[in-house]
Amino acid sequence: MRLINRHPGRTGGLMLLLLPFVVLLVVYFAGSSMRLAANPDDKLLPSATQMSDAMRSAAFTEDKRTGEYLLWADTSSSLRRLGIGLIVSAVIALATALATGSFPLASATLSPFITVISMVPPLAVLPILFIVFGLDELSKVVLIVVGITPMIIRDLHARAGEIPAELWVKAQTLGANSWTLILRLVLPQLLPRLLVAMRLSLGAAWLFLIAAEAIASTDGLGYRIFLVRRYLSMDMILPYVAWITLLAWLTDELLRRLTQWCFPWYGGGAR
Amino acid sequence: MIVVRNLWKNYGDQVVLERLNLTVKEGEFCSMVGASGCGKSTFLRLLLGQEQATRGEILLDGQPLPAEPDAHRGVVFQRYSVFDHLSVLRNVMLGLELPRAKFTGRLFGAQRRAARDEAAAMLERVGLGAALNKYPQQLSGGMQQRLAIAQALMMKPRVLLLDEPFGALDPGIRKDMHGLLSELWRESKLTIFMVTHDLKEGFTLGSRVLVFDKVRADPQAPGAYGARITYDIPLDRTRESASALHIAQAAMQGASKIELVSD
Repeated sequence: MRLINRHPGRTGGLMLLLLPFVVLLVVYFAGSSMRLAANPDDKLLPSATQMSDAMRSAAFTEDKRTGEYLLWADTSSSLRRLGIGLIVSAVIALATALATGSFPLASATLSPFITVISMVPPLAVLPILFIVFGLDELSKVVLIVVGITPMIIRDLHARAGEIPAELWVKAQTLGANSWTLILRLVLPQLLPRLLVAMRLSLGAAWLFLIAAEAIASTDGLGYRIFLVRRYLSMDMILPYVAWITLLAWLTDELLRRLTQWCFPWYGGGAR
Repeated sequence: MIVVRNLWKNYGDQVVLERLNLTVKEGEFCSMVGASGCGKSTFLRLLLGQEQATRGEILLDGQPLPAEPDAHRGVVFQRYSVFDHLSVLRNVMLGLELPRAKFTGRLFGAQRRAARDEAAAMLERVGLGAALNKYPQQLSGGMQQRLAIAQALMMKPRVLLLDEPFGALDPGIRKDMHGLLSELWRESKLTIFMVTHDLKEGFTLGSRVLVFDKVRADPQAPGAYGARITYDIPLDRTRESASALHIAQAAMQGASKIELVSD
């Protein structure tokens, strides 16, 4: 049988799914124990015990200086920034794409401009954001917004163009004016696509969040990683990275289920 | 009711329709047949207001047609005729909601219940009474076209425009749809324009058949001349006179020859 026609079974599929994760863990811990056997003070590849000790103190012990539980405090401030950034971006992008996708006049004015703006590297304007908005929360949220909004707008604008011309005509023959046409055709057609676009922007949003936190912050997951880097605390950095990955994956999964649940007509939400 | 005067349509250098003249009375069912690319769909889009004529005019009751689609002209396309984000019932209710609610696009309370009942009655009439809460994707192709027809009829349009509405359906379903459409046409006394590739369909359904064809052709410049209505065949359905049938057959042969050449 040709290789392209061979599909894994149910259990086989599960094993194949787990395989790369298991390989990664095995390779890591083998390397870790070899290095620790040679030098018990090695900090590069900490053992499972060292990492869980570090995480236990971060998650369940009050910080002596602030009296907070570091992991949860970091997580909540990072997620708050990310959440606000994502929601603000989504609202701006949806409003803009509704305008450019529905009105040729708005598209003629804004589309080339947005294409140019989306080429500005967001991290290059980060100093400007710090100067204009100060070093506190606002500049971090604005970085996320600046970073992902143009891309979401461009994506949604293209999706609006994919709404068949027949449907635009049909809505007009059913007595829609420009406003109700947007309300009853363009908006509902774009909403599931907005969720998909947000999922695709999650990676970039985390990137900008951690970059902003690393440069100027007093808490947050990105801040913590860059702080403990000074002490080569790999026992803290590695679990933090795993935790961030888990959070990102959960957000993605949440948005996927939301799409499926709110818009059952939209291709099963699987896309 | 509809008068077309010296209508031309060009796309750049390419002339699609030239010197088109036509008068259609209320309640006529015009089938439009002809080879692919001979401008019958273009003519339909002009009637719809989706595109504008290069020269000439189309008058509806003596007034020039509005330059954009409106509620007086219903349409059913071959595909993408229904809104996939709305259930069957909502699709049909939309035509009642949009003209009445200028700001929200929705009706509420008693008005909504009345619209619901009216829509459900219409769906019952086209045989979709059992599928009110399904989404269009869950329906077969024939059912989707039934829905599209119900949606268009809900507006009680002056003119119904059909662009190969049954082109994607298999023959059995097509026959059912022919029955349904004839019935609706006879009951409502609509004026219908239908583009079709299927000559037989055109002759069975229409009360008048318009054959589109290019009269002149320049082999060096295929786009230089456009199509006109070469045959305009009134069909008396109750008493089919031999001469009409004769003309029809001649026209069919002519048109099928064109079909062959263009393939």
